[in-house]
Amino acid sequence: MNIHAQAAAETDKDYESAEIAHGISPRHIGEVVLEVRNISLRFGGVKAITDVSFDIRDGEIRAIIGPNGAGKSSMLNVINGFYHPQDGEIWFHGKKRKPLKPHQIAQQGIARTFQNIALFKGMTTLDNIMTGRLTMMKSNVFWQAIWQGPAQAEEVRHRETVEKIIDFLEIQAIRKTPVGKLPYGLQKRVELGRALAAEPKLLLLDEPMAGMNVEEKEDMCRFILDVNEEFGTTIALIEHDMGVVMDISDRVVVLDHGEKIGDGTPDEVRSNQEVIDAYLGVSHD
Amino acid sequence: MFYRETGDFKTSYAGDIQTFPLALDRNRFWIVVAFAFLVVPFFVNSYWEKAVLLPFFIYALAAIGLNILTGYCGQVSLGTGGFMAVGAYACYKFMTGMDIYIPMGGGEYYEILLPPLNIAACIFLGGLTTAFVGILFGLPSLRIKGFYLAVATLAAQFFLVWLFNKWEWTYNYSATGQITATETSLFGILITGPNTEPWATYLFCLTFLFIFGWIARNLVRGRIGRQWMAIRDMDIAAEIIGVNPLKAKLTAFAISSFYIGMAGALYFAVWNGAAEPTESFAIDKSFDVLFMIIIGGLGSIFGSLIGAAFIVLLPVLMKNLLVGMLGWPTDIAEYLQLIVVGGLIVFFLIKEPHGIAALWRTIKEKLRLWPFPY
Repeated sequence: MNIHAQAAAETDKDYESAEIAHGISPRHIGEVVLEVRNISLRFGGVKAITDVSFDIRDGEIRAIIGPNGAGKSSMLNVINGFYHPQDGEIWFHGKKRKPLKPHQIAQQGIARTFQNIALFKGMTTLDNIMTGRLTMMKSNVFWQAIWQGPAQAEEVRHRETVEKIIDFLEIQAIRKTPVGKLPYGLQKRVELGRALAAEPKLLLLDEPMAGMNVEEKEDMCRFILDVNEEFGTTIALIEHDMGVVMDISDRVVVLDHGEKIGDGTPDEVRSNQEVIDAYLGVSHD
Repeated sequence: MFYRETGDFKTSYAGDIQTFPLALDRNRFWIVVAFAFLVVPFFVNSYWEKAVLLPFFIYALAAIGLNILTGYCGQVSLGTGGFMAVGAYACYKFMTGMDIYIPMGGGEYYEILLPPLNIAACIFLGGLTTAFVGILFGLPSLRIKGFYLAVATLAAQFFLVWLFNKWEWTYNYSATGQITATETSLFGILITGPNTEPWATYLFCLTFLFIFGWIARNLVRGRIGRQWMAIRDMDIAAEIIGVNPLKAKLTAFAISSFYIGMAGALYFAVWNGAAEPTESFAIDKSFDVLFMIIIGGLGSIFGSLIGAAFIVLLPVLMKNLLVGMLGWPTDIAEYLQLIVVGGLIVFFLIKEPHGIAALWRTIKEKLRLWPFPY
């Protein structure tokens, strides 16, 4: 066998067969996990989102792109319940979702990171990531107060999971550092860790690579791809770096002025005239 | 050199999450505890008990309570004095025999009469009553934050003091409007009343502080404490990772008020023996406890203790120094003491906003490497 052909798994198909050969189950994109139908969101007279529909499939990386003010972050806020749209429905796991509070939606398995880092500045890296496990911690006030039995056992059990995430994200050295003291790139990584600790079914990333240099971006891309492949987590991300978006995402939805103007694979979106117009501008005459 | 971490390895997570992960710290802590429980009771006299140790323990308990709410959960409260009053009056009612009349209509009353309860139970129930009142006054925190919440809790302070002045049932219709602790005992040893032994009240208050200090420490390092701190640091993110803000804030109010209520009950029943709302639980109590946690360190149990020690002991120390040793007039010494405390608060706010606890952490950090910092 030609050794070069084996080493360079150029196409997805080669990659997949290589994975099967090594006993790794290949990436599998399944059913629709989350579907937004005809969402409209207004703040007074300002229309943030108008009649947008799209779906996210199990196991895929779904990018949401668009120029500034297109309504991308508002869309994520709608999905995790921070905004309540005036019109439209959200279907999650084949069921129509009632209007819920953000913490109830977190219980259902949707986690997210923020555009401007929203870590708990007074807490250490470890504590920040441990907060991601809060939805899974159940021991009552009594056991918490005496710190014996279930409370301690639970703490240790979740600590083990959190340590795996710390290993995965390669942040062992800053385990006990207060996050306020960390550089920007590491803070972004800790925030990803906090979201991962919740073991989400759907992970929403709001500009995970904003303000990073090329190396940090590469690291972050690697983590996102690894999360998707190893844990099979479905990811929806907002990103401005087109190179990154076109490289890592399976499907892309394009918003502009709150409306959907494109939806499809990166190649389809790239050749969509409306998308090109929205990004490059078009002469109005 | 003084502070060795080398060689202290952890092989389990349970070992790593201890309050004192270092054997050195742990041993030192237990030595202090053993000294306080086993040695001091034999030497403590009435002056040390009344002027130094009891106020320190009681204010430390109140400071831990306020620190849970303000330092850990980020909800500023100026209602401490009012909540202490609730604890004191509830304790008084329980120790004199709680009597509740429920109107049944037509001038009929359904009567519930409780016998006078054990003093430890009274203190505990005083705390529980305050917890309920705290939840009630904590409800606005779901809507308002920061300064506005502080003003809302200020309303609690004034309302509660007014209530205990006007509602005669709370002070058993006594002519003076004062409440006086009856003589009670625990295991046959007098705890309240005029004829107590210093060591008995000392041990009683110390036990409360030790048990509830330990519980507070356990609460803040676990699930509940992380919820509080998440709400404090970034409430939106906390909600999105699954913290229910309603639950987190109200548990903070409840537990904080529970501690403050117990402190109020001890203040009235064990330390002073009598209380009167306008004098004993005025707004300056609220400020005192707030200063304690600011100076000691927000978000630190150790800081609460240090802050309480600082505010309680500094005046005693200065009085002894200026009046006792230098022979100054008492009033001048008192003014100077106010100036010094005020100056120190300003100094700490500027130099070390996280209080003496943070200062101590820095010192430890330095001592770890001393004398070869590189």
